[in-house]
Order: sequence, then structure tokens, then C-alpha cells
Amino acid sequence: MKKIKFTKEGLIHFLSSNAVPIMFIVLSLFAIPLSGFSINYLVQELLTRLGRNSFLVLSLLIPIIAGMGLNFGMVLGAMAGQIGLLFVTDWGVAGIPGLSLAAIIATPLAALLGYLCGKILNKAKGREMVTGFILAFFMDGIYQLLVLYGMGSVIPIKSSGLVLSRGYGIRNAVNLVGVRQSLDDLIPLSIAGLKIPLVTFMVIAFFCLFIVWFRKTKLGQDMRALGQDMAVGDSAGIPVERTRIIAIIISTILACYGQIIFLQNIGTMNTYGSHNQTGMFSIAALLIGGASVSRASISNVFLGVILFHLMFVVSPMAGKTLIGSAMLGEYFRVFISYGIIAIALVLHAWKRQKERERERLSLRLGNGTAVKAGE
Amino acid sequence: MNRIKTFIQDAGWPRIIIGLFLIALFIAAPSVKVRVDTSLSDTFTRFGMNAVMVLAMVPMIQAGCGLNFGLPLGIIAGLLGAVLTIEIGFTGALGFLTAIIIASGFALIFGYGYGVLLNRVKGDEMMIATYVGFSSVAFMCMVWLLVPLKSPNMIWGYGGSGLRTTITVEDYWLKILNDFLAVKIGEKFVFPTGMFLFCALLCLIIWAFFKTKTGTALTAVGSNPDFARASGIKINKMRTISVVLSTWLGAIGILVYQQSFGFIQLYMGPFYMAFPAVAAILIGGASVNKASISNVLIGTFLFQGILTMTPSVINSVIQTDMSEVIRIIVSNGMIIYALTRVVKARAVK
Amino acid sequence: MVEQEELLRLEGISKDFFSNTVLQNVNLSLKKGEILGLVGENGAGKTTLMKILFGMPVIHETGGYKGKIFFEGKEVKFPTPFDALDAGIGMVHQEFSLIPGFTTTENILLNRESTRYNLLVEVFGERIETLNRKEMRNRADYAIGKLQFALDPEMLVSEMPVGHKQFTEIAREIVRENIKLLVLDEPTAVLGETEAVILLDSVKRLAAEGISVIFISHRLSEVLDTAHKVIVLRDGAVVKEVESKKTSIPQVAEWMVGREISLENRGDKKISREAPTVLKVSNLWVDMPGEIVRDVSLSIKEGEIFGIGGLAGQGKLGIPNGIMGLFPAGGRVDFLGSRIPLGNPRAVLETGMAFVSEDRRGVGLLLAEPLDWNIAFSAMQIQNKYLKSFLGGIFTQRNDREIARLAREYIEMLDIKCVSERQKAVELSGGNQQKICLAKAFALKPKLLFVSEPTRGIDVGAKKLVLDTLHRYNEEYGTTIIIVSSELEELRSICDRIAIVDQGRISGILPPQAKAAEFGLLMVGQVKKAAEYE
Repeated sequence: MKKIKFTKEGLIHFLSSNAVPIMFIVLSLFAIPLSGFSINYLVQELLTRLGRNSFLVLSLLIPIIAGMGLNFGMVLGAMAGQIGLLFVTDWGVAGIPGLSLAAIIATPLAALLGYLCGKILNKAKGREMVTGFILAFFMDGIYQLLVLYGMGSVIPIKSSGLVLSRGYGIRNAVNLVGVRQSLDDLIPLSIAGLKIPLVTFMVIAFFCLFIVWFRKTKLGQDMRALGQDMAVGDSAGIPVERTRIIAIIISTILACYGQIIFLQNIGTMNTYGSHNQTGMFSIAALLIGGASVSRASISNVFLGVILFHLMFVVSPMAGKTLIGSAMLGEYFRVFISYGIIAIALVLHAWKRQKERERERLSLRLGNGTAVKAGE
Repeated sequence: MNRIKTFIQDAGWPRIIIGLFLIALFIAAPSVKVRVDTSLSDTFTRFGMNAVMVLAMVPMIQAGCGLNFGLPLGIIAGLLGAVLTIEIGFTGALGFLTAIIIASGFALIFGYGYGVLLNRVKGDEMMIATYVGFSSVAFMCMVWLLVPLKSPNMIWGYGGSGLRTTITVEDYWLKILNDFLAVKIGEKFVFPTGMFLFCALLCLIIWAFFKTKTGTALTAVGSNPDFARASGIKINKMRTISVVLSTWLGAIGILVYQQSFGFIQLYMGPFYMAFPAVAAILIGGASVNKASISNVLIGTFLFQGILTMTPSVINSVIQTDMSEVIRIIVSNGMIIYALTRVVKARAVK
Repeated sequence: MVEQEELLRLEGISKDFFSNTVLQNVNLSLKKGEILGLVGENGAGKTTLMKILFGMPVIHETGGYKGKIFFEGKEVKFPTPFDALDAGIGMVHQEFSLIPGFTTTENILLNRESTRYNLLVEVFGERIETLNRKEMRNRADYAIGKLQFALDPEMLVSEMPVGHKQFTEIAREIVRENIKLLVLDEPTAVLGETEAVILLDSVKRLAAEGISVIFISHRLSEVLDTAHKVIVLRDGAVVKEVESKKTSIPQVAEWMVGREISLENRGDKKISREAPTVLKVSNLWVDMPGEIVRDVSLSIKEGEIFGIGGLAGQGKLGIPNGIMGLFPAGGRVDFLGSRIPLGNPRAVLETGMAFVSEDRRGVGLLLAEPLDWNIAFSAMQIQNKYLKSFLGGIFTQRNDREIARLAREYIEMLDIKCVSERQKAVELSGGNQQKICLAKAFALKPKLLFVSEPTRGIDVGAKKLVLDTLHRYNEEYGTTIIIVSSELEELRSICDRIAIVDQGRISGILPPQAKAAEFGLLMVGQVKKAAEYE
């Protein structure tokens, strides 16, 4: 982070480039007292949610570095993770072995889905986000084909408890009783009455280190280059298509693990809904943390998860206190989630247009800087 | 042989596959005890219900604003028109007309603001349109809860505040268009002439619009904005006009849909409504920056045909309801195809 | 100690682009440590020659080339630029190719960073090696040291002044250990005087260390000062190879521009000195990337055909683009006595000026639409022609029949080869597309017409037709025509006066009969006072 200048321009600049998180902090300051929740309760909720969601949001960083925008395709990784968990639950493998097995099964699937996603995104350069967005819906259809029709009929499922009454297709809600909280409770830790999922945090910390280290590798450097200027990278010999696909594959596999971590904490899987929400919530959180479509850092991730989930927890009760309707609070929270993504996208696009205009204006006489003659 | 090849190239494989699939369904229908006349009747009705919303895609595509994923904004204008008209209490043709007028007013305002926004974000329109659409629907959820309307047909039964999720139009203007000059053949086949005439009228208006000086300029903006600017056309003005038109058609479209469907769906109802319309026009042959009225007609027919036929036929064959899944795969697959095709065409230039 | 062995030899290089001969039988040789200055007008073939040497894909995609290239005594044919790079040839192009958010060091070592091995390489391959920033910095320092220019290795490129970016690009090429030949394309174009001197000194030093340099530039004083020998290309052929100490700037300028043309069939039109000034340009500046105009003042007389020439990138294309409002511009422009607003294309078109852009496909045409649309478009939008009016003008409908008729008229007049007036513009050849652009402008019946690069990329027959048509319009309708062109011949064959633009300013105005050498000098920046023709 650049040094914050304590001048008027410095302040204005700081406010405008961090507008979104600041808005959120202000909103939260209003809503917290309205909700009536105790600080203790809120802190516990946030700790739990940090453990649950951070990994997923972290998986979004690498595609942003590589210039591919917000990876809506992370939903594909979440689907892979869920399929892994379904099998593990069916086979009755519990605890850490269960989670590890789920991860092992899901990884090749996630890699394959990431590869497909990367290939499709490469064909839609300049429209990666919309395409990823729609691809997530499309894959949801394939997922349903597999899970709602394939499992139990073509793919053998042992436990009848998992299957719908008609004989095939997985139930809407799956109780992950075997692996519930396995990671979180691996090393139980309690400080001042607050339960802390130590191992989960360790895993997350490890992942953060991985990301920091990754940026220092040649591959990371290549992605950074492509993220800023694909044409220059290409003419320097960086294999553009391959590098982008690798970025998506990594992101998808990480989203897969993130979803497994997420679900082991919640303990139940909403078979047909968990993965869809994942994408939306993770992206909203990242943007709330101050990231943009082209720039995101680890601090954005954690700040975003805290702010987003704070608002998430607090809105329904705040809505009830304010207007008398908890429904209103719920709708408000949905509105904020989508609205924040809309605002972040608009700000990013607006800035991009302004930058293009500013570049041209700086070429004007009187500024002294000439431009290269070209033909 | 060459002509077939060119036809395939122009039409694109996905379109042809969908067309053949639909024909196969119709052929298979009788053998699985699905009545062809009911199916046709349903298909035509669904065609009429959705055509206007698909038509709403055309102005923005032509002006280079991309696929209008923000259609929910127009739909909301339509919902406001319907809801306020019920509050006033007008029924029948008068009610329908009033709804159109009120909806148009809202559509103009929403469309203008939306257009100004899109002008600031050239190049990223589609993503932002999607989230503007989503946010507005979520915002309206709060509005529907708080709005101080009183009509007993609309508010929650036990006297709570706020509107119900689904509101019937049965006493108001149910099937007002469908039944107008309807043609009935045999017992099960009803052709909703009135609705078709209305859709035809709107298509005619749009067709005539694109033949005006402004419409021509608008097409140029989508075709080559540099050319348009060099010819003295105000690009932002044309884009805003296209957005307003699209939003207005979206408003009218939902009213046409509702009069046939029978219900006004509030809250999260409009949330995903842009996607079938986008998929339909792409199936009809449109691209991200070029769309014609024939694309609308062909696409809506094919898409609604699949939606109507698949449940009945496939369910009878496999004894399973796979319609939802097929709908998801077909509509989203089509959109992906269109999005990945665009870049290829540009690279050739 | 400079070795005298031959490093590079080009024998009989020829290239066609779609039956346009761009290079014919070029022979060139370069010794180790020698600096070669390559000069010529635009279109002379310099860039194409370098593209062939460098193995650029566009060469292979358009039919390859004839002739042989010998590098270090062996015959070579580079399939891709990376093979040329591996062989030791480096090229600094005209456009910057830098990553803005990276530091100088990172850019210098882009895609050839120093790395350290780690275990993961066994599983995931080479690219997972970590960057060795210390070694990268050393290598960068080494390259910067060779240039003896104060480049900050940790500065972000986005914050660098333009001159520094140029040095960074060069450093990137020389950081490679096996660099043997360096090609510099207009390296001093963006540098101030002191920076240019530093750069040229670096070039001389590099040569003294044994690196050969091909130096492409139109700044003849620099070329003669730095290069050992000069090769002049004209119309794709080598017209002269000479040692720089044995020649002079005027001589080189003349070789560059060279041919005397027959002016017999020009006709006797003489524009009287008292003819009214129809367009007055005062201190015009235009921000058109690549063709910046700094300070241009012109007076164009009614009915004349005025030419604007000059080398690429010097600003001639910026003049019409700026006046017609397509790029930000300032200064003052008066047409027919009243001041016209800048930056407003519509207002300018409404006053009666029209423009045929040099960017035929990008700005001039709606490729996806039919011919007749294209031709009638401006007239319809600006002058409300070809519209049927209804309900007292409340709404209009395109008069497609009239539009078709208009199109057919021009198809015949300009001999546009097409299937019908409904054919899509994209399907026509370059020459015919240009004719459509002309037809679109003519349909406006303008009082003044700007035409930029009217015959670029079109075949000889079409070229003649286009120029004849312009001439005819001028004679029959008295339309004032301003032609901006890189082809001096074309301007001299049809214009009444010709201005030459250099560095964003008018360096002089000459009559067409002036000697070629005089034009050449104006183009390369030896300003000549030509008061009597202004």
C-alpha cells in the first residue's frame, strides 16, 4: 500500500479509491446497534465465518492477477468439491480422512472443469466475466443432470438415505455428519469463551503464504505481465493461452477445496443450491473489501469477508428493529450483495474509460511529453 | 451441396441441432400419447407471451450495447404499471391500456437513467446490466414490502402491509389479448389471435423505427461507432434511445406475458427473466451486435417450442421430468456459444 | 578492436503483398561492429525488410519472400521472431512494448528472468521456479551501464518519462548475452536533444564492442553522424549505398525522394493569387496518437487542389482529422469566413466540408452493411436526403429506392466492381471500398473535400481513376480539395501547391514543379523558407 499522504488531495484520493469498504463500515456502524446483537456474539460469528469463507475468496485472487477479472467460474470448483463430499458421505468415510478423500476425488474433476472453463474464457477475451457467469449456470445444468438424474441410477449410491424417494437422484439436503467440523475441531481452541477453528485458520494462513510465494515465481510473474498487457506479454514470448488456462485451473481447484472447507463447517449441504451462492457471496465479499476487477490483494479478502458477513448477520435484525420486518432486512441484505457488485463493476469500468481519456489528454501540447511516431 | 454448406455455416450448428431436436419432438409426440394439437396450441401461446420480451433485446443489440441482461428493469416498470392499475381498479381493456400507459412512463424514466449509466461504462455493458438488473429486483423486493397500496386483491391476507408474491389478474384483464378474435379448432387447439396481432403491431413499430433516420443512425452506432462519430452522429444519444426502447418493450412484454399467464409475479419473480429472452434471440440467429426481427420470431418459436415439448414428450418417454435441466443447458449453452463466437469474427477482420 | 568479418548479408530480397511489389532485389551486407543507416520514405520498404529479417508471421502469412539471408556465414530463414531473437538479433520497434506496472528491471528481463530452482519444479515444471531478483537486478544494471543513461532500475514504467521508456526498450535487447545485431526503428523520435545524443553515443559504443546496428531513421543528421554507411531505399529497391563520410544531407534527401516526373499533362490551371481564401487554419494543434500536430497555419484558396505531404508520423494525417473533429484539437479554423467549432463532427459536416479518412475500414465504412447504405449515409444524416417524410416531418422513413438509385449512379461513375448495390461493403476489394468512401463524400456535394491517403493499398488502375475523379470534381464543380498523402508523386501530379509537414509543423510549401530534393529536405527537417508560396 502506498504511503497515505495527509494532505487534502491525499485524503480525497484515499476516500475515492476505498469508497466501497468505507461505505460499508459506515453502514455497519449504524446497523450493529440496531440489531441488538452483543459484541461477543458478533465476534464469534465473524471468527466462524472467516474460517468458513476466506479460502473461497482467496481463490479469486489468481485470475484477477492474470487479468481475467472476477472468476465466476469458481462455481465449477465448488461443484467438484460437492461431488467429492457426496461420494465420501456415501461411502461413510469420516473425519479428516473423509475430507482428504473428498479433496482427492474432487481435484482431478476440478482440474478438468478448470481447463474447460479456461479454454472457453480464452475464446471470449474481453468478455471473460459475462462468459464465466453464464458458464456457471450452464454447468449447473450439467451438475443437476449428474446429481439429480445420474446418481443412484447410472452411478451407484450405497446409502439409501442420500437418495430421493423415487429411487435415484440425491436429496436436496445432505447431512455431512461424518465430516462435520472435522477440520475446525481438529485442534480445539477456546479463548475467552470464543471458539476458534485453529486448524482451519492455519490452512488459510498457509494458503496466503502460497499466494505470496506464487507471485514470486516465473509463472506468477508471467500472469502479472499478461494481466497488465496481453499483447506485450505475447510479443515477449509468454504463452498467453496456456498461462491463462493455468490461472483458471488453479483457481478452480482452490475453489473446490474452499467449498469443502465451507461445507464441513456448516455441516449440511444444500445439494442444488450451495455452489450457486458460493460464487456470488465470494465475489461480493472480495469487492466489498476494496478489490476491483483488475486489482486485488490478500487484505481485500479478509476485510471483505469481515464486512460482508457482518452486514449479513446484522441486517435481518436491524431491519426488524427499524421497520418491524425481518423480511425487509433479508431483502436488504440481498440488495446490498448485488448492488455492491454492480457498484464495483461500474466504478471499475468508469475508471477504465477515464484512464483511456486521460492518456489521450496527456499527449496534448503543453504537457511536454511527446509520443512515439507510428505507422 | 455448397448451398447446404453455406446454410450450415450461417446458421451455426447449435441452431440446427435445436431445430432438428424440436422437429424430432413433434414427430415423436403422438407415439408417446402427447397430443400434437395441444402442444401446438401451447407453443403458439408461449410464443406470443414471450415474443415481446425477446423483441426488447433488438434495439440495444443493434446499438452496440450488448445483450440486455438488465431486462428486469423494464419488467419492473411493467409490474408497477399493473400493480398501480389494480389499485386504481380499472378492469378489462381499459385496465390493460392504463397499465401500458403507466408502465411506459416508468420505463421511460428507468430506461433513461439506465442508458446514461451504460454510456459511462462502454465495453463492460453486459456484466453491469446483469447486476443492475439483479439489484433493482432486490431493491423492489423491499419496495413491494413497504408500498402503501390498499387493494385487497394485492395485499397479504391477514392485513399485513406489503403486497403478496403472486397477484392474480383474473378479474382484471386475464387473456384480454389471447381471447380477442381467438380461433378454436377442435377441442384442444386455441390460437390466441389477439396476442399475435398485438405482437405483430409491436414488431411493425420496431421495424418502422429502424427505417427512420434515427433508426438508421442507431444501427450504424452498433455496426461501427467510429464511422458513426465521423458522420456526425451523437453516439451517446443513440445508445440512450436504444436503452429506453428496450426497457419500454420489456415493460410491455411482461404485461403481455401476464395477461396470458394469469398472474403478476412480484419479488424475485423477474430475477432471472432476462436469460430466456437472451437465449431465445441468440437461438434465432442474432449475434452480440446484430439482431433482426426474424431472429426474434425464429428464436422465440424454437426456444418456446423446446420448453413446451420437452416436458411432455421426454417425460412420457423416460418417465422423468427433465425439462428444467434441459432448459438450463440449452439456454445457457446458446449464450456461451454466442459469446465465444463474437471474438472469432472480430479476429478475422 | 572492431572485427571486420561479415555478420549479415541479404541477397536478392524481394516481396510482394497481393501483387503489389514492396521490395525488389534488395542486397545488403553488414560487418560485425558496423552501424548501418537505413533511410527512405514511407512505403519505401524499410519496415518490410526488417520484418522479413525478423521472421514476423505477417510475412509468412502473405506468401513469404524471395532471396536469401545469411547470418554469421550460414543461410538462415527464421520461422518466428523468437528464432531471430535466439540467433542474436534484437529489434526495438516503433511502438513501446512495455508492461506499465512493472519496474525497469522487470521489463528489461521480461520473459527471460533469472530463476532459482525449487522442488516443485519436479512436479509442475520450469515455470514454477522462483525469481532471483538479486541476479535480475545485476543483469539490468549491466545493461543500463552499457547505455550510460541514468535509468532507475526500480522505477515503474508507468511513471517514467517517455525518453526513459525508450532506453528501457533498448536495454531489454542488449541485456541478452548473445546479442549480435540490433535493429533500431526511429529510436530518437521521442527523445529530447540531450537524450538523443546519449543514445547515439551508446550506439557507437555498442558497435565498438562488436554489436552491429541497423539504424532506421529519417533524421539524416543523426544517421550521417552515427552510421558508418547509409543505404537509401526507394520504392522497394536500393538506390544507393554509400559511406556516410562521403555524402551529405541534401544528397541523401535527393536520393530518398528522387524521381523527376513529367509535368506535361498537368494542364494550365493556375490559381490566381487573388482567389479568395476558403479555409484558414491558424495555430492548429491536434492530439491524434501517432500523428500529433503542434502548430499548423495554412490558407487554402478556393478551387485549388492543395497537397499535404511528409513522412509518416510527422502529423500530416492529424490535420484533416483534427479539423473534421475526430480528435481533440485547438487553435482556430475559419471556413468561408466563419469560425468553425472544433471537436464537433456534425457541425463541420453541416458547413459543407467532407472527409475521406485514411482509415478506410475503421472509420470510413460500415463493413457489415450494404454498399448503398454506406454511400447514402452521410447525406441522409446531415442533409436529410433520401428520406420520405410523414405526418409533417414527425417521422421519416428511409427511401430505399432512392438510395439504391444513388448507389447505382456512383457505381457507374466510379466503376465500382460489385455484384449489386446491396452487396456488403466488407466483400469488396480495397480499391472498390475506397471508391465507396469517395462516393459517400461526393454524395454530400461538399464545397471542400479532405482526402487522406486516397490511393493507399489500391491497384494501379483504381489509383488513376480515383485521382482523375478528384481532378474532375475540382474542375467541374470547383470543389476545393485538400489531399493528404505519403506519395509525393501523386501530390505532384495533381496538386497546385504542396505543403510538407515535419514534426507537427509545416516546414514549407512548394509548387509541384520544385525539385524532388527540395521536398526531401523539407521532409527530413531542414526547414526552408518558401514565403512566396504561402
